[in-house]
This record gives sequence, C-alpha cells and structure tokens, in this order.
Amino acid sequence: MKSLKVIIDGIFRRNPTFVLVLGLCPTLGTTSSAITGMSMGLATLIVLMCSNFTVSALKSIIPDKVRIPAFILLIASFVTIVQMIMQAWLPALNESLGIFIPLIVVNCILLGRAEAFASKNNPWLSVCDGLGIGLGFTLALTIIGSVREILGTGAVFGIQLYSADFGALLFVLAPGAFIVLGLLIAVFNRLKEGR
Amino acid sequence: MLTYIAIIFSAILVNNIVFAQFLGICPFIGVSKNIDSAFGMSMAVAFVMAMATAVTWLLQHYVLEPFGIVYLQTIAFILVIAILVQMLEIIMKKSAPGLYVALGVYLPLITTNCAVLGTAIIAANKNFDFLYSIVYAVSTALGFGLAIVLFAAIRSQLELADVPRSMRGVPIALIVAGILAMAFMGFSGIKIA
Repeated sequence: MKSLKVIIDGIFRRNPTFVLVLGLCPTLGTTSSAITGMSMGLATLIVLMCSNFTVSALKSIIPDKVRIPAFILLIASFVTIVQMIMQAWLPALNESLGIFIPLIVVNCILLGRAEAFASKNNPWLSVCDGLGIGLGFTLALTIIGSVREILGTGAVFGIQLYSADFGALLFVLAPGAFIVLGLLIAVFNRLKEGR
Repeated sequence: MLTYIAIIFSAILVNNIVFAQFLGICPFIGVSKNIDSAFGMSMAVAFVMAMATAVTWLLQHYVLEPFGIVYLQTIAFILVIAILVQMLEIIMKKSAPGLYVALGVYLPLITTNCAVLGTAIIAANKNFDFLYSIVYAVSTALGFGLAIVLFAAIRSQLELADVPRSMRGVPIALIVAGILAMAFMGFSGIKIA
C-alpha cells in the first residue's frame, strides 16, 4: 500500500518536471517530438530504478564523507550500460538523442533521488520511488513533446492531425521548447491553485 | 587564424550552449536571480570547463583510445570533472581566499553542470585537435556567461513586473528565455570563412 502511494506521489505530487523543476536540459533538448521525449524519459526511468536500488542496498557500506562521488559513479555505470544497449539495438534512436544519453549522469533528478530518498529508505521502496519519479518524468516529456510536435508540424506519434503547412516551425526549434515548458508549468500551477 | 575566429563566434552567438544546445539550463534558471552571482557562476564555469576539456582531451587520446576502452568515456570524464572541481576548491581556498569566498557556493555545483561534461564529450568525439578544443571550451564558456548575465539583468527587471500568479517564478523566466533564444536565432544566418 505504501509502495503504491510512493509511485503515485512520484508521478503527480513530486513530478520532477512540473513541480520540482529538475533535469531541465533533457526536458528541453529531447522533446522536439513526442517519441524522442518518451524514449529519453524511459532511458532515464531505467537508470533511476537501478541507481535507486543499488544506492539503497549499499547505503550502510558507503562512508558518509564520500557518498556523493560514490553515487555519481554508480549512476555513471548504469548510464554506460544503457548507452551500450542503445548503441547495439537502437542505433537510430541513439543517434537522435545523441549527447543527452551520456548526460543522464549529470541529470539532477538522479542524484537528487539518491540523496533525498534512496539513502534513507529500503531497496523496495527506493525502486518504487524510482518507478514513480521516472514515470512522472516520462509523462512530462511525452506531453511537452506532443504539444511541440502538434503545434510545429501538425502530427503526433506519426498521425497527421492537420496539414504541416499550418504548423508553426518555431515550436520545434529552440525557442519553442522554452515557451511550451513555461506555459505548461503555469498551467500546472493554475490547476494546483484551483484545487 | 580565421578558423579560430569562426569557432569563437559560432560558440558564443550562433550555437550558444544555453539557447541552441540546451546545456547548463539548471544553473541558468537557478543562479540567475542577480547579476553578481550570475557573473561569479560564469567565471567558475569558464575555469572548470577549460581545465576539464584539456584534461579529458588528453585522457581520450592517450588513454581511452589506445587501450580501446572508449566505452568508459562517461565514467572517466565525470570522475575527472569531480576531482578537478574538488582540487580547484582546495587550491583556491589556500591561494585565492577572496575568489574562493566569492565563488564559494557555486564551485561544488559545477560537478553536476551538464554544460561542462557536454562540452568535454563534444570536444573529444568531434576529433578536434588540442588547441582547437581549448578555444572551443573557452568560447562556449563565454557564451554561457553571456547568456546567464543577460538573463540575470532581465530577471531583476522582471521582479518589478506585475505577472499573473500562476506564471510567477520559473514559468515567466522560461518564456523570457524563449524570447531570448529567438533573438539568438537571428545570428544563425551569419557565416564566417
């Protein structure tokens, strides 16, 4: 029961993008389409679940003074594994996400959850937290990617909603990322106030 | 000579690290509340970025590639950056206490600044030569500094503006950043050499 609450909290009340506003670089950099945004979210989800589990399992062994470098090293190992898997089986996706895959290492969500949650809770709850936060991140990236793709090209997930001639290319380019994210956070704030 | 001028202009204006490549957004939003701290942050980043790119370039070309262990790149680079930041902190504490106090809070934050790791990876993967990498890193850092100082100046004006309640803070800041990014897109037509 408690684990379910941790997962739900991760998706909504502690949503990493809209509430905590962490990990903005991949949020802006990989959401030019819904599918790349979702893939980035899923890659982060896998790394987050693995790193949360190991950090929590090793928390009594890692000395307090060197815990931050140790956490970073653990995260970097999982990122390398994900990177190698993607290079082997999903080369096209790896190409389009490019530098943002190795940069999962410096995504503040991962270190933040390791420090704030996994180093204080048991491995099972930490995996649940990783799943919740990861799903929240994936959901946020998919929404931002969809909005940008629909406004920019009139299509989403390969379905053409209206002619691309009416799309505002600006939303696919760099400025659109900032503007869409700003507006979506504002909408999220408004919904929170309304309740 | 002309290639160096081209890379400097390109990294500062055309391919600005914040507005065109989306790296280093966290400090860009987090530490841009006033101009002084923005300036301090950009100085610290410039120093670490130049050092990190130099060390990781040597590591890539003299250790990782000859031994065929390029897949360890991410782990090796983040370790180098973490050690470098720690060393810098210790050295500055002894030799330049004034600067240390001024940068104080921002130094440890730089380890998880994706602009530093990103620049190091780009410079190593694109087969730049050594001098070219250093010039690239310094001009990228200048581009970051320009972006964050400009943004801080706008944000201090934004404090006085009457913004709807749900737009206050991060949302309005992001929209301003979007408009700034639009302005920077104007440079994309310029071609040097």
